Amino acid sequence: MAFLARRHSVLPGFGPTLGFSFLYLSLVVLIPLSLLFFRSADLGWGGFWNVITSPRVVAACRLSFGAAFAGAAVNAVCGLVVAWTLVRYRFPGQRLLDAVIDLPFALPTAVSGIALTTLYAPTGWLGRPLDAIGLKGAFSPLGVTIALTFIGLPFVVRTLQPALEDLDLDQEEAAAVLGASRWRTLRRIVLPAITPALLTGFALAFARGLGEYGSVVFISGNMPMRTEIAPLLIVAKLEQYDYAGAAAIAVLLLVASFLLLLTINLLQRWSGRRHMRGA
Amino acid sequence: MGDLVRVRRHRFAGRHDRAATTEPRWVGLLLLATTVVFLGLFLLLPLVTVFTEALRKGAGAYFASFGDPAALAAIRLTLTVAAIAVPLNLVFGVTAAWAIAKFEFRGKSFVTTLIDVPLAVSPVISGAIYVLLFGLQGLLGPWLSAHGLQVIFAVPGIVIATVFVTVPFIARELIPLMQEQGIEDEEAALTLGASGWQTFRRVTLPNVKWALLYGVILCNARAMGEFGAVSVVSGHIRGKTNTMPLQVEILYNEYNFVAAFAVASLLALLALVTLALKTLVERLSAAAVTLDSGLPAAEEI
Amino acid sequence: MIRRLDPSWLLAAVLLLGSLGCGGGGEQQAAGRQPITLLNVSYDPTRELYRDYNEAFAAHWLKETGQTVTLEMSHGGAGKQARAVIDGLEADVVTLALAYDIDAIASRAQLLPAGWQARLPHNSAPYTSTIVFLVRKGNPLQIRDWDDLVRPDVAVITPNPKTSGGARWNYLAAWAFALKRELGDLSRLQDPAQADAVAAAEVVARRFVTDLFARVPVLDSGARGSTNTFVQRQIGDVLLAWENEAFLAVNELGPDVVDIVVPSLSILAEPSVALVDVFADKHGTRAVAEAYLEWLYSPTGQRIAAKHYYRPVDPQHADPADLARFPDVELVKIDEVFGGWANAQRIHFDDGGTFDQIYVPGP
Repeated sequence: MAFLARRHSVLPGFGPTLGFSFLYLSLVVLIPLSLLFFRSADLGWGGFWNVITSPRVVAACRLSFGAAFAGAAVNAVCGLVVAWTLVRYRFPGQRLLDAVIDLPFALPTAVSGIALTTLYAPTGWLGRPLDAIGLKGAFSPLGVTIALTFIGLPFVVRTLQPALEDLDLDQEEAAAVLGASRWRTLRRIVLPAITPALLTGFALAFARGLGEYGSVVFISGNMPMRTEIAPLLIVAKLEQYDYAGAAAIAVLLLVASFLLLLTINLLQRWSGRRHMRGA
Repeated sequence: MGDLVRVRRHRFAGRHDRAATTEPRWVGLLLLATTVVFLGLFLLLPLVTVFTEALRKGAGAYFASFGDPAALAAIRLTLTVAAIAVPLNLVFGVTAAWAIAKFEFRGKSFVTTLIDVPLAVSPVISGAIYVLLFGLQGLLGPWLSAHGLQVIFAVPGIVIATVFVTVPFIARELIPLMQEQGIEDEEAALTLGASGWQTFRRVTLPNVKWALLYGVILCNARAMGEFGAVSVVSGHIRGKTNTMPLQVEILYNEYNFVAAFAVASLLALLALVTLALKTLVERLSAAAVTLDSGLPAAEEI
Repeated sequence: MIRRLDPSWLLAAVLLLGSLGCGGGGEQQAAGRQPITLLNVSYDPTRELYRDYNEAFAAHWLKETGQTVTLEMSHGGAGKQARAVIDGLEADVVTLALAYDIDAIASRAQLLPAGWQARLPHNSAPYTSTIVFLVRKGNPLQIRDWDDLVRPDVAVITPNPKTSGGARWNYLAAWAFALKRELGDLSRLQDPAQADAVAAAEVVARRFVTDLFARVPVLDSGARGSTNTFVQRQIGDVLLAWENEAFLAVNELGPDVVDIVVPSLSILAEPSVALVDVFADKHGTRAVAEAYLEWLYSPTGQRIAAKHYYRPVDPQHADPADLARFPDVELVKIDEVFGGWANAQRIHFDDGGTFDQIYVPGP
């Protein structure tokens, strides 16, 4: 641990706390995760490539990425409206709505899963009207997207809210005084200022959607090639005793998640600089 | 109706309602309507579904669902798992935040990223890694089995998987706050002759108590509700290794919809209590901040 | 409040709780009159059967030996359950949907000998079952036999053969039906002189099963999931189901919701049971575990199986009223048509096998 050389400080307890934290993280996170990479290495590059380019894996990844992307996009639009309304307007029941934003986060995913399935099945409250206009809610890619939209909503709204609260109203006012229309002000002043937060929220929702399992397995119908998501395919591979294959798909998802984490960190650094420059 | 939509007074001092910073009334109403409809359809309706389905056959059937020993065992197991995982992550969160927020060292961003990793990992993967590690075909499985230790498909495995998915929650609440607060208070206390331990208890802990509580609430909610990771490592032994979310799945697959939604409704109640506590803590901590500082917040400068 | 929270107490509490949790996980069982616990890892549709049987067996064992035995159950898709045992779910006995899944436990983890199937009578299958159709009340689409399933107006519900044992039986039954239709007599399969005809029939069967799976809108991962999709979600016109699942659905949901249709030909499904030697010896439960499985063949065991719509191997012990519920249907054996499970698994269900080739996303 020589690389952990610290700067001089009078506070005590650096060694033990960092030592314990690092040990804990190593035992719980680092070692088990790195095992996954070793396990997929059993396959060799060729085998790994064969697994992740097999049609079923490609289809599952396409669905996982596509539905997570669509869900995050819906959230970016609707979440922006929701965040804007919650920050800029006052109305009866506002606090309740604000508190309820975190519901998808607090509600166990299995509960979300059976509730959404019941709701969007052809016999459900929302499934029936959808069915009437020829759309299938549950047991279709649309159902997967709905579940991922549900799961991702708090990430977008909660990232946008502080950014919207920090907006400098003077700038908006100045723009209005100078004769800009409201729409133009929003587009030219507000939107650029909140773009980093919006993108961060989008990326967080996307990352969460990519790995989501509990709420999706109930509503998707789990049809290979059609409504099977990548995390479910990991489970399916495990059930077929294909540990290396399962590890390969897991590694693929992990790499995607890490890239997203990296993007999010860069975005946050970007928005941090923006704030500093603005101050 | 006239007051229904109006500009919200901004939180910070020195800012006033300004007509130039609002949209036309009809746009405001449209935004509001969109918000209410979207949140109603996407958030409230699923919640309502849980309770209506649970009570579909009346209150009698609802309460009878909890007489099932398997359901009770699931509730007990869920509480046990949370009671172990949350304190473990509490200890970890506090120590990690102390090391990361109060000291500068190389590799800090690496440790911080490591804390975030479980958030980015699919729950299924979180479970699978422990199967690969502790399973009989895994690295440590044969040794554990030879020594009569059952980790996977037993309570310890469920606890470890839960610990994994809840690692970040408390640490992530504490680190930014403690970084922001700096080390001046602690240094002052040390200069005045307090021991390190006293400084932590008397100075640091009170400063972060709301964030700590907030983290514990979130951590607990996730610990009790985790499904994917626990499902992979549980083994689904009735009355023994089924947590509440797993029990929901099992009942749902047994045509026992009322009982499935009854157990689900307990979890939904837990979620609502979590949200209420969270809102309460937010409000109390906001009140505490205004009281503590007295002056306009220093960070604003 | 937080201020008074002494971390040393917290640590003590954590350690205490931790040790309690671990204590619960370990298992020690002494032989003799000590109470004993047995874990039976089973597949999805046997929940009701084993709930009854466990109660009867516990009473029987207590009377015979004076020992209290507690039966623990784990249910799930057969593949998933076998995988869990391989990974260390310490089952004393397994009662799964297919011999193949138990073979996997024997070959991949060596937890029981390869010859396990010969240790108990009737290929270690104390009861058998078959595949039937479940249709909407009154059979509005007039579905009578396998042919009707490939009609363009019919939507078929079956679980996924990759993950569900029952679904593999469904798939093989459909395949066998097509072979029989082409060949007239399935014994021609064994006749080397008929190789050309058989090859042609196999092509037709492959086409038939392809068409059938093109009619499947939802492919759940397990038998229970499919039944829920069909019955609760009202998706599809016909459900391919275990015979006992079909009866159970009719009972649970009332006879005014669904009807059972018995096709002209189906497959003899032999759900297998086995002792998991390594774990039973480790727990010291071999005696009671063996007795548990053997007692399935006893008059009481057979009667309980028949009561839960499993076809008993010794029908004379079952209640004639229960037996009368089983429809007459020609049943083909997997060994005769597909050359045994290992063969069928390799050709049809392994990755890259026939199922993977023929299952293409529908509209």
